[in-house]
Amino acid sequence: MSSLILIEHHDGRISPACARVVAAARKLGAPIEALVAGYRVEEVAAQAARLDGVSRVLVADDARYADQLAEPLATLLAAHAKRYGYLLAAASTFGKDVLPRAAALAGVGQISEVIEVVDPATFKRPIHAGALVATVRSDAPLKVLSIRATAFESVGEQAPAPIETVEAQGEALGARFVESHREASERPELTAARVVVSGGRGLGSKQNFSLLEGVAGKLDAAIGASRAAVDAGYVSNELQVGQTGKIVAPDLYIAVGISGAMQHLAGMQGAKVIVAINRDEEAPIFQVADYGLVGDLFELLPELERKL
Amino acid sequence: MKIVVPIKRVIDHNVRVRPTADGTGVDSTSVKMAINPFCEIALEEAVRLKERGLASEVLVVTIGTAAAQEQLRGALAVGADRALLIETERALEPLAVARTLTRVVEEERPGLALLGKQAIDSDDNQVGQMLAALLGWPQATFASAVELEGEKARVTREVDGGMVTLELALPAVVTADLRLNEPRYARLPDIMKAKKKPIERRTLEEMALDLPAQTEVLAVETPTPRQRGVILDSVDALIDKLRNVEKVIR
Ligand SMILES: Cc1cc2nc3c(=O)[nH]c(=O)nc-3n(C[C@H](O)[C@H](O)[C@H](O)COP(=O)(O)OP(=O)(O)OC[C@H]3O[C@@H](n4cnc5c(N)ncnc54)[C@H](O)[C@@H]3O)c2cc1C
Ligand SMILES: Cc1cc2nc3c(=O)[nH]c(=O)nc-3n(C[C@H](O)[C@H](O)[C@H](O)COP(=O)(O)OP(=O)(O)OC[C@H]3O[C@@H](n4cnc5c(N)ncnc54)[C@H](O)[C@@H]3O)c2cc1C
Repeated sequence: MSSLILIEHHDGRISPACARVVAAARKLGAPIEALVAGYRVEEVAAQAARLDGVSRVLVADDARYADQLAEPLATLLAAHAKRYGYLLAAASTFGKDVLPRAAALAGVGQISEVIEVVDPATFKRPIHAGALVATVRSDAPLKVLSIRATAFESVGEQAPAPIETVEAQGEALGARFVESHREASERPELTAARVVVSGGRGLGSKQNFSLLEGVAGKLDAAIGASRAAVDAGYVSNELQVGQTGKIVAPDLYIAVGISGAMQHLAGMQGAKVIVAINRDEEAPIFQVADYGLVGDLFELLPELERKL
Repeated sequence: MKIVVPIKRVIDHNVRVRPTADGTGVDSTSVKMAINPFCEIALEEAVRLKERGLASEVLVVTIGTAAAQEQLRGALAVGADRALLIETERALEPLAVARTLTRVVEEERPGLALLGKQAIDSDDNQVGQMLAALLGWPQATFASAVELEGEKARVTREVDGGMVTLELALPAVVTADLRLNEPRYARLPDIMKAKKKPIERRTLEEMALDLPAQTEVLAVETPTPRQRGVILDSVDALIDKLRNVEKVIR
């Protein structure tokens, strides 16, 4: 039985997480197909066809998918699910929105946030904000898996796989897209960046938060934040890292004025190297940091920026 | 219009959780339990909608053991009108929870089902979406603002790239994100009053639903912790480590 991956895309480009979901799918050992649903998505389909390991791309190109609403997408996915052994998507807000809906329509459960494929029926996933890892086995004929993308290395490119059109189906059921707001930023995307510089409540204000820009600029880093910083209005919500924000796994994570609450650690513990800057030497962040600087961030940050 | 708010009893978010001795579950003996924070937010939103005259009744429902009455009483104390316990010793999978809730919704006919976006114990983030699928209702997950206008709900969602606003024809399912509101604390007189309010009870068995288990938890472990690193005495030492030892910056 093959695997079917729901491709996430924005503005004509596939999400970088897709190459990681393909990597997870390859561990299942079954042939891999991809489903692209959207409006005028020829270009997206061509990108999906080049993901190394994909043997076929199905495309449902129709205006009803233009806003990527969960209702028609889940119906489409569930209709195709019968022919597959696995249904996969990244555990992004997009995947989290659509996949459980499709699973329920197909009459099966879902295993969320898979971080390891132990064998074709057994998976590891974090629970309790990553404080514990559960190994779960599913005997369902169709296994629906959301994949924590940062836990898998991206696959490379291949000669394009064949692309086939499939019939559009599924209704919006009374849901209608009104508008979207995306923060424009010159910084790299948080979940894909090699370096992330994150700030917490210790920054003290929205104005101070921009101190991180200097260091981030020198390191070509993305900017992240703790929940306390987002709640205080220093930055917008899509920069939140943690159990209920984004999961990141960069080569280098620099936490500035962040205490290191479990819910924050849940989002960044997979980083290769963690640096913490905090004036409280007892702060829990130092228990996971590879390198720490104890001191006032308002002195240390400008010095770091200058010397980089 | 009635609002149904499914809530879940979970281990309090401040508790350091441990695996059970046999390593196949989470040790919940004599640890502090609480209402799942996202359910608390969903409930607060429902109560506010009622206070603004946009809803007529708030029904909280939980599927769990008799101990979950504690969380239902807490919900009554902050403004829920009715509480329903569907009693079971089984630890249900999200699809089974959603199937059970579907039955409740079909009986109660609310205009809105407001859930938490995820339970902080199993972190599944599934039940709301599954409930919407089974009912054939539209959904808005990860809500940070909910407005009701006649037969429609306008919901702003927190998504990876920023914010998205949807309009849903009611009845609909909405799941609450952290910034939807800040839940109130129950006042002492309301806590006392809630103690006397009735809790409707039925057993999962008498609902005669077919809820087969599809997954099995083989093991629950503590992940290998990161090694505690070193405190450096200068910015220069840090740059040297990152550049020459770790080679993560140029
Ligand atoms: C259900 C739930 C979900 C949650 N999800 C998330 C999540 O996804 N992400 C998340 O981050 N949090 C989350 N939280 C919140 C989390 O528990 C913490 O409250 C939050 O991470 C704290 O943010 P902080 O470290 O910025 O603030 P604080 O804990 O207040 O820490 C500020 C730190 O800054 C230091 N500091 C202050 N001034 C200076 C200075 N001048 N120089 C140097 N250091 C200084 C202090 O010593 C302190 O350690 C969640 C909580 C709950 C209950
Ligand atoms: C010892 C133990 C063993 C378990 N074994 C398994 C297993 O083998 N396989 C498995 O899949 N699950 C198992 N579970 C159950 C699993 O951990 C989840 O509790 C269950 O799958 C529900 O998912 P969730 O609460 O994470 O849902 P989420 O989708 O994260 O919850 C979202 C929202 O749904 C609502 N909701 C969730 N649960 C309830 C409820 N009970 N009553 C009312 N509303 C609710 C709330 O509004 C909540 O905010 C086990 C649990 C325990 C304690």
